[in-house]
Amino acid sequence: MKYQVNEKGYYGEFGGAWIPEMMFTNIDELKSRYLEIIESDEFRKEFDQLMKDYVGRPSPLYYASRLSEHYGSGIYLKREDLNHTGSHKLNNTIGQILLAQKLGKTRIIAETGAGQHGVATATVCALKGIKCVVYMGALDVSRQAPNVKKMKMLGAEVIPVHSGNKTLKDATNEAMRDWINNPEDTHYIIGSVVGPHPYPDMVARFQSIISAEMKGQLKEQTGNKLPTRVLACVGGGSNAAGAFYHFLDDEQVELIGVEAAGKGVDTPETAATLTVGSPGVLHSSKTMLMQSEDGQITEPYSISAGLDYPGIGPLHAHLHKTGRAKFLSATDEEVLQAALLLTQKEGIIPALESAHALAALEKIKMNPDDINVINLSGSGNKDMETYLNYFGY
Amino acid sequence: MKNRINQLFETKKENIFSVYFTAGFPNLNDTVQIIQELEKNGVDLIEIGIPFSDPTADGPTIQHSSEVALKNGISVKLLFEQLREIRKSVNIPLILMGYFNPVLQFGVEAFCAKCHEVGIDGTILPDLPLNEFEENYKDTFIKNNLHNILLITPQTSEKRIRQIDDASEGFIYMVSSSSTTGAGKKVEDFHHDYFERIQQMNLKKPRLIGFGISDNATFTNACNYANGAIIGSAFVKSFDKNVTIKKSISSFVTEILLPA
Repeated sequence: MKYQVNEKGYYGEFGGAWIPEMMFTNIDELKSRYLEIIESDEFRKEFDQLMKDYVGRPSPLYYASRLSEHYGSGIYLKREDLNHTGSHKLNNTIGQILLAQKLGKTRIIAETGAGQHGVATATVCALKGIKCVVYMGALDVSRQAPNVKKMKMLGAEVIPVHSGNKTLKDATNEAMRDWINNPEDTHYIIGSVVGPHPYPDMVARFQSIISAEMKGQLKEQTGNKLPTRVLACVGGGSNAAGAFYHFLDDEQVELIGVEAAGKGVDTPETAATLTVGSPGVLHSSKTMLMQSEDGQITEPYSISAGLDYPGIGPLHAHLHKTGRAKFLSATDEEVLQAALLLTQKEGIIPALESAHALAALEKIKMNPDDINVINLSGSGNKDMETYLNYFGY
Repeated sequence: MKNRINQLFETKKENIFSVYFTAGFPNLNDTVQIIQELEKNGVDLIEIGIPFSDPTADGPTIQHSSEVALKNGISVKLLFEQLREIRKSVNIPLILMGYFNPVLQFGVEAFCAKCHEVGIDGTILPDLPLNEFEENYKDTFIKNNLHNILLITPQTSEKRIRQIDDASEGFIYMVSSSSTTGAGKKVEDFHHDYFERIQQMNLKKPRLIGFGISDNATFTNACNYANGAIIGSAFVKSFDKNVTIKKSISSFVTEILLPA
């Protein structure tokens, strides 16, 4: 339990709930009720049922034989891309919509970058017949048109955000403003392990189904429930939190998070928060941030809109600080090549985000007997335009 | 020396007029003149806003002024330089208001010491919550004679209001309604039941009402339920590049204080 959140909402020196008083009542209610609700039999039953029959879980753990041969080491892919809506995001939104219902909320808000969390939120709102408003940076609205249309078809209202850089950070700011303005009836479904306590812990718990399944599947397929290492991409870090969760106390398992280097960590166009960042407070959490000397948040860049965030979940900041997990980064170029390699070796087109984890295979030393598990967090369907333009098919 | 905020509330019990502006807006070096003109025109208390790139509790007006001020080149360090000699010309209490991260990066101890040095009397740091303040920073603030002013909202429970009444120094910032700043409401839009509820609690600390106060009518109305009121966005919005700061502030304050 060394890496779990403490009773004050901290992972080591990171986390907490740095909220303005306007959010206190809602956060306090969540904090005092989330564990009791999500650990109740009634909640577990409904959550498990939906995971199985609606999301399509368990997601397969697939032994990638040609990729394994290529790298000379055993590589397994946790197929979160095969979930309903094409990513791990639905694990969290299902959990939070059930929680919101128990709290008596009748209106849902969410932020989204690439649109995956927006679609996952709009999906569960349609499933439950609850009003849904999604904030999305105006730049992302134009970059991710198909997801915008999907959200609208699902019945959500998509509000383009024109402040700041018009991307994920600004969408998050606007969602927080909405919550301040609508404190009575609204629940804010944050899409990652970021924001004030209890969000990082709550989202990690919902996503932890990923590593829980991995353990059982590894045992079945290899006879050993522990892999040599687990690799996952990290923006805010929800898929990585889920993939690491049940291995945190198995210290012999190497955990590797892969951040988006963008055009390189030595350029201003990067989103590798742990490499270039420093501790600070953003979106009500004390964590590692990309910021100026004066404490202004700087604009991140990555080819993948889902990793385009200047912060990181406080759990990951703590895993980094303590050395429990290792964090690498991959450039846009490396990511595109890794995506092409998987596509042509295994017939699986990964999301740009997930391809960051694949790109790390080039950067680590692997032995022939190793078991490497990659969390393939999402499908590349949403990224086809980027791939086609780049490779010129 | 006694804190100027306490002095103000001891000598004036009602119709206290507090104004917020964003440092570095409309122009980088307007800070000192804005403070001087506000005092000359009869404002009782000033909140100097420290801009932040991600002002999550603010509406469009202060988002815009913050963005412009940052583009103009304002920083915490530069603001303290601008305020270096402010106490040679200004006597009313001055408060720094802003988000916590720029303060944290400046260094909380260094920030408080600098406030003391230039003559700042208090801070309003909305995303520095009560528990973090009390556990980590309270002693530093006390050492520098700096009041940390806390907020209450219509959702704040009675128990927590009592806690905040104990902990808030100088006064309590009463957020008028569930909203971000600059909502620009009409008198009838305010929740007078909330105003009355708080009024009847007989709190120890004086109260100023802020958020949504924008003109003479809303100011006068808020003053009926508290010791005074705070205007921010409406003031920030009132700057006009074709009018001098002197004229613009004089006509703004006149409009708030004297009904047409």
